[in-house]
Amino acid sequence: MNDFTLGDILLALLHGLQWTAILSLTAFVLGSLGGLIILALRLAHRPALVWLAKTFIEVFQGTPLLMQLFIVFFGLSLGGVEIPPWLAAALGLTLYTSAYLAEIWRGCVNAIPNTQWEGSAALALNRYQQMRHVILPQALRMAIAPTVGFLVQVVKGTSVASIIGFVELTKTGGMLANATFEPFLIYGLVAAGYFLLCYPLSLYSRHLERTLHVAR
Amino acid sequence: MSYQFDFLAVAREAPELAAGLARTVELTAVACIAGLLIGIVGAVCRAWQLRPFNTLFAVYVEMFRNTPFLVQLFFLFFGLPTLGIDIAPDSAAMLAMVINLGAYAVEIIRSGIEATPKGQIEAAQALALKRWQIFLHVVLRPALLRVWPAMTSQVVIVMLGSAVCAQISTEELSYAASLIQSRNFRAFETYFVTAGLYLALALLLRQTLLRGGGRLLKRGRP
Repeated sequence: MNDFTLGDILLALLHGLQWTAILSLTAFVLGSLGGLIILALRLAHRPALVWLAKTFIEVFQGTPLLMQLFIVFFGLSLGGVEIPPWLAAALGLTLYTSAYLAEIWRGCVNAIPNTQWEGSAALALNRYQQMRHVILPQALRMAIAPTVGFLVQVVKGTSVASIIGFVELTKTGGMLANATFEPFLIYGLVAAGYFLLCYPLSLYSRHLERTLHVAR
Repeated sequence: MSYQFDFLAVAREAPELAAGLARTVELTAVACIAGLLIGIVGAVCRAWQLRPFNTLFAVYVEMFRNTPFLVQLFFLFFGLPTLGIDIAPDSAAMLAMVINLGAYAVEIIRSGIEATPKGQIEAAQALALKRWQIFLHVVLRPALLRVWPAMTSQVVIVMLGSAVCAQISTEELSYAASLIQSRNFRAFETYFVTAGLYLALALLLRQTLLRGGGRLLKRGRP
């Protein structure tokens, strides 16, 4: 049939899985920073900044991740510079993650009762101090569970990067499936790889949701 | 800057884009209806703990919510033929979207059903409503109404996710885009316009579902 043993296949897939994890983490860490910036704009008292943040979120939540990656990939190479797939993938996924996290976190900030703002204003805290010492610590607690939950979406999203040529788990699987003519086995293993990354995160997110709700 | 944008090269291909858009809408419509049905059946099995279906649905939900849509699509399209089941790109795309949305719908609708206040069911029993009447009017309809915004978001997410179906040569909107950019060599402009079309469709879909679904679910109620 072919020269690939199951061991070879598993090893190659494990290598792909590693790149999936690296890309996920990169997008998540940079996306969290981006998300904080968008959140700050969204909560600002300047209509122009709020509009900017809203539009950013709307555009990235309203277009397919694949189109975002294509636009970053082809847009950056317009100047004639060939950019590597990993850079386009990391940048595209970071923007995508920023938009979603900003929106998730905004929901948490909005869920803080108005009396907390009023109370802290009565203590003569300025807006930054209100945020830093009163609102964010409480909002952060609420944000943990949905943020971990969104990490699952990021991990799954990285599979789209295979389409612009980044060799992660899905791409590795595709190449192996072509070489071994065993797509059922290979894609089954690829799916299992993602499940291995995502399921614990899903469980953890659910656990956090339960425990943090009880404590409130 | 040396690069000259040429959006006219994309505008000339409008019929191609329109055909792709129509296919995307078609796939989404089927996924929405079938996914909702799976969601209702699964949610009932999960919420009422009907054995063995509650376990089966739990496994189904976890499997499909924790793996990427693209891999599910490849598994169906490339994997099934090795088992002797040949499947056309369109059917594979449709099936994958239905199964994917169904998995999310089960969880979304279940949370709605489980939020039904006990007193409501007791009140319905006191009014001598039959079991199916209670289910339909006291449990299901309010549950769907409660979770409709979440359901709408999920349908939009699945619609946007369908952009990867071009990878198995389903001729939807992103397939049209790939075809056009291979003809006019204007990749950036083509994908930019296509992303705009997706954005418009996403906004329209969300509004339509929120308004239409809300109206349908509230019909005949005070």
